[in-house]
Amino acid sequence: MKSVNQHNRFLRLFLSSLTFILLFTSQLSAQEIDSTQVRTGKKIFNANCASCHMLQKKFTGPALGGVEERRTNEWLKAWIKDNAALRATGDADAIAIFNEYNGSVMTAFPQLSDDDIDAILAYTTHGDIDKKVVVGGGDDEVVKEPSTAWMSYVVLAVLILLVLWIYLKSDNQFLKLVATIALLLTVGYFGYQALMNVGLDEGYQPIQPIAFSHKIHAGENKVDCQYCHSSAKHSKHSGIPSLNVCMNCHKSISEVAETTKVMIGEEKLGKAELDLEIKKLYDAIGWDADNFAYKENYEQKPVKWVRIHNLPDFAYFNHSQHVTAGGIKCQKCHGPVEEMDELYQYSPLTMGWCIDCHKETEVDLKGNEYYKKIHEQLSKKYGIEKVTVAQMGGMECGKCHY
Amino acid sequence: MKSFVKIITVLIVVVALSSCEDKRSRQVQYMADTDMYTPVGYETYGESTIGVDSISARLPVEGTISRGNVPYDYPDTPGALLVAKDSLFSPIKILAPNDSIRRVSKANLEQGKYLYGIYCVACHGTKGDGQGPLVQNGKFLGVPNYKDRDITEGSIYHVIMRGKGIMGSHSSQLSATERWQVVHHVEKLRNDLLK
Repeated sequence: MKSVNQHNRFLRLFLSSLTFILLFTSQLSAQEIDSTQVRTGKKIFNANCASCHMLQKKFTGPALGGVEERRTNEWLKAWIKDNAALRATGDADAIAIFNEYNGSVMTAFPQLSDDDIDAILAYTTHGDIDKKVVVGGGDDEVVKEPSTAWMSYVVLAVLILLVLWIYLKSDNQFLKLVATIALLLTVGYFGYQALMNVGLDEGYQPIQPIAFSHKIHAGENKVDCQYCHSSAKHSKHSGIPSLNVCMNCHKSISEVAETTKVMIGEEKLGKAELDLEIKKLYDAIGWDADNFAYKENYEQKPVKWVRIHNLPDFAYFNHSQHVTAGGIKCQKCHGPVEEMDELYQYSPLTMGWCIDCHKETEVDLKGNEYYKKIHEQLSKKYGIEKVTVAQMGGMECGKCHY
Repeated sequence: MKSFVKIITVLIVVVALSSCEDKRSRQVQYMADTDMYTPVGYETYGESTIGVDSISARLPVEGTISRGNVPYDYPDTPGALLVAKDSLFSPIKILAPNDSIRRVSKANLEQGKYLYGIYCVACHGTKGDGQGPLVQNGKFLGVPNYKDRDITEGSIYHVIMRGKGIMGSHSSQLSATERWQVVHHVEKLRNDLLK
């Protein structure tokens, strides 16, 4: 009996593995993709075609996924090599597609061989065969440290109860005196801190209308600060980019990568949420991502970003003086913005903070012939090689208050 | 009565402490509503009560040219690009009295390089070979190498002004002179690549 059982098990194992192998091989043979050709095609496509074409979506030019089903191989080769010549022969399809895209001219690619074009077409038909399907996992959960704030609350509560008990229940006059002094000191300490914080917004991090991450833009993608804040070099204000600047990139980037994550407060936003954030931008400017064009007669809506850095009106600050003339890095005042998912005010922006920096920062006097004489006189006056901003008048009241 | 006092005291202390940790709102602003702190005039990017929409930043009145703005007459069409390519010339590439060709000053070239590093490098790469960081990490594809394109100072300027393909217009980020400075740096990169 036992041996029969064993025998059955072997048979079952053999049969199931056979099925598995058969299934697997049949799957392989069904695809029949020349993977080297597709990979070569992808390379050529990315280098030559991808600036105007995508596989599944309309871009500057039409979507090319499955284009082999729509056109013959000969026609495509003729078109890709020299579409103007093909149109000149009076080919109806060629003229029709040219007119459909309002006469925008596709670059001719006479340098591509027939093999190259076949490879490109293989790629348009089979798509990205190496693309890995990401299944959920691989999430790097942030382990939260247990907060210790409650302990100080408990200690404080016990102390308050103790003082109350001394006042209300105890008859010991000395204890009451000690309690009063302690109470006054505590109130003085916290009261002073609270008053010193009035109008001081260090760490202020309001919720913005779009979950824009400086970490992704300036950090991971290394877009220069001044690309978007372009008026910092000439103007008092560093400038909030108008939406056309966003669209310089987001015309073609309509969704984020699978693995992109943004932390807003305690909340982690993934691809699903972030794609909606890009939609907010399209909604504000009136971009039709499906037709790859701006909507006509669309009433554009401003994005109401919440201002973080705000100086009182009586203090004058000019970005261009610091960025262009001073050559100061943005991070000096704004902190590690390229690491911030959510922007916050890094510096206190108090007068003392300004003055400290003016006292320390040395002015680069090189290559400034116009002020050569006055620079020499200054260094003679202070008996030093280098002068600081403060010594050049950066501490005069009227520089910032007038 | 006594316990009532206790409860109130504890409540006040807890509220006072917890309100300090709110990073989503500003601290108490003692004089924020006085005109010493808040300007009487409109703030840049502020809201306004004038006009149909509510932005204080307005477009110039139709038919006027804002200060420092240089009008550009070539429209955003493929044909205009071809016209600009042959007919538009840089005002900062100057023919000196005893010289045979037009030249750009060193200062302009240096500024062009600096600006190129801010506005172009992300896609076009430091060398102009179309291999900027955004291309290398796959965010943008198909950015051409300058040496593969038949470009002139006029066509480069036109493309900065109007954009081409997926490249958008960069006219709002650069002044007219700055655009020409970038143009000449691009020309220099192209010549270096062609060597």
